Amino acid sequence: MSATVRIPTPLRSATQGASTVEVEGATVGEVLKNLDAAYPGIGERLLDDQGQIRRFVNIFVDEEDVRFASGLDTRVPEGATVSIIPAVAGG
Amino acid sequence: MSHLQGLRCRECGHGTDLAAVHVCEHCFGPLEVAYDYEALAAAVSRERIAAGPASLWRYAPFLPVLAGPHPPARVDLGAGFTPLVPAPRLGAALGLDDLWLKNDTMNPSYSFKDRVVSVALSVARQLGFTTAACASTGNLANSVAAHAAAAGMDAYVFVPADLEEAKIVASGVYGPKVVAIKGTYDDVNRLCAEVAGEYGWAFVNVNVRPYYAEGSKTIGFEIAEQLGWRLPDHVVAPMASGAMLVKIDKAFSELVQTGLVAQQPWRISGAQASGCAPIAAAFKDGSGDVRPVRPDTVAKSLAIGNPADGYYALDAVRRTGGWMEDVADHEILAGMRLLASTEGVFAETAGGVTVACLQRAVQAGLVERGERTVAVISGNGLKTVEALAGELGPTYTITGRLDEFEQALASEE
Repeated sequence: MSATVRIPTPLRSATQGASTVEVEGATVGEVLKNLDAAYPGIGERLLDDQGQIRRFVNIFVDEEDVRFASGLDTRVPEGATVSIIPAVAGG
Repeated sequence: MSHLQGLRCRECGHGTDLAAVHVCEHCFGPLEVAYDYEALAAAVSRERIAAGPASLWRYAPFLPVLAGPHPPARVDLGAGFTPLVPAPRLGAALGLDDLWLKNDTMNPSYSFKDRVVSVALSVARQLGFTTAACASTGNLANSVAAHAAAAGMDAYVFVPADLEEAKIVASGVYGPKVVAIKGTYDDVNRLCAEVAGEYGWAFVNVNVRPYYAEGSKTIGFEIAEQLGWRLPDHVVAPMASGAMLVKIDKAFSELVQTGLVAQQPWRISGAQASGCAPIAAAFKDGSGDVRPVRPDTVAKSLAIGNPADGYYALDAVRRTGGWMEDVADHEILAGMRLLASTEGVFAETAGGVTVACLQRAVQAGLVERGERTVAVISGNGLKTVEALAGELGPTYTITGRLDEFEQALASEE
């Protein structure tokens, strides 16, 4: 299973400037684990000490916010796009 | 300016330079402007503030005014220093003896957003940006479009496609590109977070958000100054992202810290619509876990299902002993009518939310009768006339004949 991960600007220092990267994984948790293996240090910026998604990080599988699905256990279908998006203030 | 120390992460405390960044590169937490309060305290006085302009810029030392290569031309339509008025008739209706309204309907584009936009675009120009942008539930789009027009900046405003007509028209008239998204504000936000990374635009609530957010402090500064340099006992504010409430609380802390007001306890409370109440829900269930919701409420300006400042709003309300309430659509409309018919202030739906939540809280015994309470009325009712249009037609429709008028009056008895 391979997914395209969209990397937000604040994390691109970890991906040598790449805005998208291809990563294996059947769930969001696996994708993030493999992302961290490929780009060491990126994981701790997205996950807290308990291994949960940090409260100011939003992760989407295609159009779905994973907090409306199963969080880190949310399935990532073949060819899906996983987007990492910082929280934004109101308007 | 010497009072500014840089940006600091609210989560991990990591510092960074003043620039167009909003996310901590270490932990992804939100960045906030950091000040040197000793230098600030030495530079400000009640007299100097009173001698300043009748706008939010009288509090310039407390705002991020950047020094830099670009001329320090403020983007200023005169936002702020709006009336703080006693509300005895609304107070009597609610059972409160010392109720006040902070009337932010009286801003250049008719909502409190002019405060944050004036600050954000002043910084944006200083940083060399020529295009302004925002993700908005309507009021912010109106304000960004207006201020960008006056500053000669290009503007792109992104809004949900189902907004009230007035909010679309009152953005478009200033000449920006209005991008309507078929989805909720949270969908708009998501797109803008991605667009902001790709285009060199000043997104007021994305990449220049740390500066933008500071503008809301001026609501708190003004309340204290207008009360004769005293803090109120209690402030009730509407919550969408929760940022405004958090910044009013911060303003009171800064006034105490710089010696402009005497220390006294204050409470801050938050109001949401039941159709989009993720922060109030977290408060009420005691979990402290702000879970996103899919909004469905007449109060579109508050329809943010994934509120970025929800955690900080919870912290402020809990720390000060305030409360959070949420009210149904019919209560919101009744709140708008109660406010207008008792005090002559026509607020948009968010004002109805604030008034109706205050009413609920009084009934629940959460507000003391004599507590000096300020309700923040954040936007003008003409922006959301659809909300009431169905229930407020003419009382009588007649021809211009006196006997018909007399008949109509008689029918009342």
